[in-house]
Amino acid sequence: MIVRRWEIARLIRKRMEDVGAEVYYHKFQFHNIQFHPLRFFSSTPQTVAEKNSSGCTLNGVSPVGIIRAPRGDGKESIVLVTPYNSENVKLNEALSLALAYSVFSLLSRVVWLAKDIVWLAADSRYGEYTSVASWLKDYYNPFFSSDSGKFGIDMCFEKKENHGDDKTSFDCSAYDDFRRAGTMAAALVLKVMDQERSERDRIDIYAEASNGQMPNLDLINIVHYLAVHRQGLHVKVGTFGFLLNSALLKHLGETLQRLSRLVQSLNPGWKLGVKSADFIEGTATLASSMYYQALGVPTGPHGAFRDFQIDAITMELSPRTSLTNENGVSSFLLRSGRLVEGVVRSVNNLLEKFHQSFFLYFLTAPNKFVSVGVYMIAFALFVAPLPIVVAALFSSTASTKPSTTTSNTKPTNSKPSGSWNWLHSAKLVFLVHLWALIISSLPYFISQIPRTDSTKRMLTWSLSSLLLLYPLTRFTNLFGEVHRWEVLKSVMIAAASIGLSLMSIINFATAQVGSMLLVPLCLMVRPLKKPMQASLFLSVLLKFLNILLAVVAFPPASLAILKAFLHGFESINIGDFWEWAEFLWAWSSATYLYVTLVHLPCWYLCVHILLHN
Amino acid sequence: MFNSASMAKLRRRFHTSAFLLIIFLSNSFHLPALALVERGEGLKEEFTEELLLKPLPDRKVLSHFHFQSSAPPSAANGRHHHLFPKAIAQLARKFEIRELELSFTQGRWNYEKWGGFDPISTTNAKPPGVELWANFDLPLNTIDHTWKNLTHVLSGLFCSSINFLESSTAYSSPTWGFQSNSSKLRYGALPREAVCTENLTPWLKLLPCRDKAGIALLLDRPSIYKSHYHSQRLKLISSEFTGIILEQTLTLVLQPSMRRLSSLSLGDGSLQPSWSLNSLFGKKVVGHCVLAKTSRIFLELENDLALKVDKLQPLSSWNNSAFELSVIPNNEIRELNALNKLRSSVLYVFEVSGLNDSVPLDLGIHWKIPLVWSCSRAPFHVNRFLMGSGNERGSVAITIRSANLHEHFLRASDSCGVDAVIFQVVPWYVKVYYHTLHIFVDGKAQIISDVVRKMKISPSEDKLSSGSMELMLKFPCNMDSATLTLDFDKGFLHIDEYPPDANQGFDIPSALVSFPDFRCGRSYQLDELMHYQSTLLSKFQEGNPVQTYTEVLLVPLTTPDFSMPYNVITFTCTVLALYFGSMLNVLRRRVGEEGRLSRSKASEKPGLIPQLLSKLASKLKGKAPEPPSPLSTSSSILGPKLLSKIILVGLLAVIWNYYLKDS
Repeated sequence: MIVRRWEIARLIRKRMEDVGAEVYYHKFQFHNIQFHPLRFFSSTPQTVAEKNSSGCTLNGVSPVGIIRAPRGDGKESIVLVTPYNSENVKLNEALSLALAYSVFSLLSRVVWLAKDIVWLAADSRYGEYTSVASWLKDYYNPFFSSDSGKFGIDMCFEKKENHGDDKTSFDCSAYDDFRRAGTMAAALVLKVMDQERSERDRIDIYAEASNGQMPNLDLINIVHYLAVHRQGLHVKVGTFGFLLNSALLKHLGETLQRLSRLVQSLNPGWKLGVKSADFIEGTATLASSMYYQALGVPTGPHGAFRDFQIDAITMELSPRTSLTNENGVSSFLLRSGRLVEGVVRSVNNLLEKFHQSFFLYFLTAPNKFVSVGVYMIAFALFVAPLPIVVAALFSSTASTKPSTTTSNTKPTNSKPSGSWNWLHSAKLVFLVHLWALIISSLPYFISQIPRTDSTKRMLTWSLSSLLLLYPLTRFTNLFGEVHRWEVLKSVMIAAASIGLSLMSIINFATAQVGSMLLVPLCLMVRPLKKPMQASLFLSVLLKFLNILLAVVAFPPASLAILKAFLHGFESINIGDFWEWAEFLWAWSSATYLYVTLVHLPCWYLCVHILLHN
Repeated sequence: MFNSASMAKLRRRFHTSAFLLIIFLSNSFHLPALALVERGEGLKEEFTEELLLKPLPDRKVLSHFHFQSSAPPSAANGRHHHLFPKAIAQLARKFEIRELELSFTQGRWNYEKWGGFDPISTTNAKPPGVELWANFDLPLNTIDHTWKNLTHVLSGLFCSSINFLESSTAYSSPTWGFQSNSSKLRYGALPREAVCTENLTPWLKLLPCRDKAGIALLLDRPSIYKSHYHSQRLKLISSEFTGIILEQTLTLVLQPSMRRLSSLSLGDGSLQPSWSLNSLFGKKVVGHCVLAKTSRIFLELENDLALKVDKLQPLSSWNNSAFELSVIPNNEIRELNALNKLRSSVLYVFEVSGLNDSVPLDLGIHWKIPLVWSCSRAPFHVNRFLMGSGNERGSVAITIRSANLHEHFLRASDSCGVDAVIFQVVPWYVKVYYHTLHIFVDGKAQIISDVVRKMKISPSEDKLSSGSMELMLKFPCNMDSATLTLDFDKGFLHIDEYPPDANQGFDIPSALVSFPDFRCGRSYQLDELMHYQSTLLSKFQEGNPVQTYTEVLLVPLTTPDFSMPYNVITFTCTVLALYFGSMLNVLRRRVGEEGRLSRSKASEKPGLIPQLLSKLASKLKGKAPEPPSPLSTSSSILGPKLLSKIILVGLLAVIWNYYLKDS
């Protein structure tokens, strides 16, 4: 097996050399994505002697070739990445290598090259992301002292060489120098996929990087323009399939279409040609775009580049015919090769890097987007009522104080009246947040327990958090039912609005999706037992909505509902939430922090108010 | 003073055929005689033109043009010159320049494939863009001022923006790190300067024959600027004893056009491309520049290549089993190598001056068998790169990797060391913290004082001067690699300090790493060739230390969105206009006054339309028209009347829009 792995790397190296490129091998070790104690936002932690428990089995070799631009000054470069599984190369991976090689060999002969071209054939035996990320880490943050992990890798390779026969001995020492090629202007990850057939060659664009960061929209625009208008490819971005068949959306779309027709008949100048099909597809794409940004987990190896402020996208090309059909494949290779060449040439010809502020957007189609200026309004409208409600609630409790003391049947002794009333509520809110902080760090300890599956871990997690909740409730009972629910609500809303605003800076999509759940919950909540001065219908409706929201906004419940929509009800499992949390944590997504530190305490306080008597 | 050749031509018209023979003879070897004649009135001005061609291991061809003009100390001729360009002489005299070097370069010199241990690479491999340094013979306090004037003069002379080097943030004054030990040296580099024909033309104008005759005739612009490396250099040395020497070189790395067959398979087994002057430049040498003292073309075969050819067949002739030259060389010079006799490079010499005008010289080489050889690689490879991410901070790293070529060092004891001198200039907006200097040798962190022998650091001052670092290091001989890292913070620029295309990033000019222990002087067997006063070969014999320029780095800085001020201005203006409008409206209006006015208006005769309307209304209601009471006016402001008016206007607008647009 090792022989074959190295054969491929050697073959690629040979090919790169033959076109006149500078070549080296990048050797690295796969680090299992695992729980590490809270490492959010800290960029590239110092990997101090990672446990070499995996030994030398988890190492990889990626051949890297660099074409120096003949007359360029070598200040900038463009990166092409083709992940391939070195252990078991599939036909589609071989084709993506072939595609990259043909583009690479073409670029080695062209005269217009101004930026160096780097081709990384990433060994993705244990994951595409890790191999690209470790190459980037060595590119930008190399270690020079020998007690780093790099040394261990060299040891591994030497060991292999010693007990292997002639064929396994790896010619790594000659190609050991890590070479660099200036600041990266853009990166393209090329993958050939074998997907279901369609009438045209297809290209899927993935752009979401960690924590909702996006590459500059111009890069997507270039790819889209060249693919559609030059090569006649079918461009797709991620959509939610279940939304495409949604009856509600269809109905909405038709209504909008009718409305737009009416408007157009009134004034032909107003071009609101909303088509029902477009609307549905746009909504499905928008939902998917928001979901993946909100999740904060990169959708491909391009995510590793975004951590270094490099615009990168993944292009998944799939031919219309089967991969074994030679005619189809050669025409497909021609088109996609031209596309990649065109994109490289466009980036190459740029003097400045992409810089206009098109980094904040949601895609509704490959060539349509919602800009930050538009979607910010929605979020602002969501969040704006919160401070107003806080102020209104607080002032109303302050003003109605005398009336409540007279009308209230309950004794109001030992209550520190006055404007410092809110402090007790604040204490409770603070305690709940503290509780949330503790349970958010619990998974690390739970994951240390050996031999447990996700269901057991989830149960442990929920049990321990409930246990922790018990002293909290005891503690709050010490205060007795001292706080009026209005004050508690106002303090809670204040905390929630601060949390939401902070999150909107870190990951806007998370804040937006979160506010859709959190804001109605916060605004509507009132004790169920409290009588209302409203009509019966209204009060029943309000109670019903309150209960519904309290159920839906509970994070595991909302995840289960989402999963049911995506995959059907059978797929729901108790361990799902654990896996989800583990996933978010491992990718150090800020969404995890949002869910546990903002959303969960707020939800708990809402339930507390609902059950207030 | 005319050159002897042109004099001969003039005389030829008047003299008889018998005389002609004598003149013809004198044309070929009268140069020493003429020099003897003129020794009485001192040295004379001279011009030589030479061209060196060298096949490179990666199928490219190096061509190095070398033109040298010299003028004796000026006492003899006053201000006038015969050959020497007056502009340069004036410049040298006015600014009292001891030494000056200006280079325009496009492309990067490939130290691994084109050589790093030969005279060409040590003196002619230059960083991309413009590099200028000058050594003045002036008191210290006037140097900066003179430098500024000099940059302006040169930028005018060479049609380039050398004048950007005048600001104190652009140049530095190295003392020992760059060249000689001098405090009167100024150094500046512009990595982003583009090089084109507009720089070449004034450079050619300094030649006595321009590009109209002689070797310079080859300089066909399209083929020159197609080259992979293009470095146009001008060096001026001036002193009271030797006069002024102007050395103009143009170094090109050209790709000979390859046949279709070989372009596909670039593997080791294929033949080197055969080339000739005509295929490289699209031109041939037709005669020499008559003003030139010597006019030669050299073809050099490197050590390794000569060795390989020797192995096949003793390299005796110009036509052997490995290659064939298209022109018979006039001479063949072997390099004298102390280490072993075999491994020495070979120079074929072709005289252009003895050439018949009607037969152009089209020197070429035709390869017969595929040969692979390696160039004379530098003892150390130097790379520089940026580390870190984000717009806040980063670090610069310089790695020096040994090529393990210096076998003669390995024999020495452990205590032996190699010197390396690093000179690096960093613009002020890259704020380097020099205390963060870390040196790793073979992966082990070193104590600075153990490795650094000498250090001179002048930190940058914001918007005043760039920071420069001169380091002399001593590494153990058996070192494999060494790395230096320096951390820096990225500064902020004032909005008007941003250059155009600010979003590309900002350049850190190349650093220079030189190894004074390694000198690449060559010595040639020149026993019977005493009249070979070749300026190029004497340059080769100088023995400059091996030096390497590192890459230019591109640092992305925080750059404001320059369209933002426009947006801000628009927004602010709108808000201000709204604010002032409403505020003025409120201030101007007085409620009491308003009421009084309306009352007085009501007392007067109402307007025509209200009258008509009231009449209409009364008609409809069947009542007599009554004057509107003052009390009812205030309540009817938002009354049904106004509403009906608004609806009426709206309807009219809709109908108007609907019908007019249709038509």
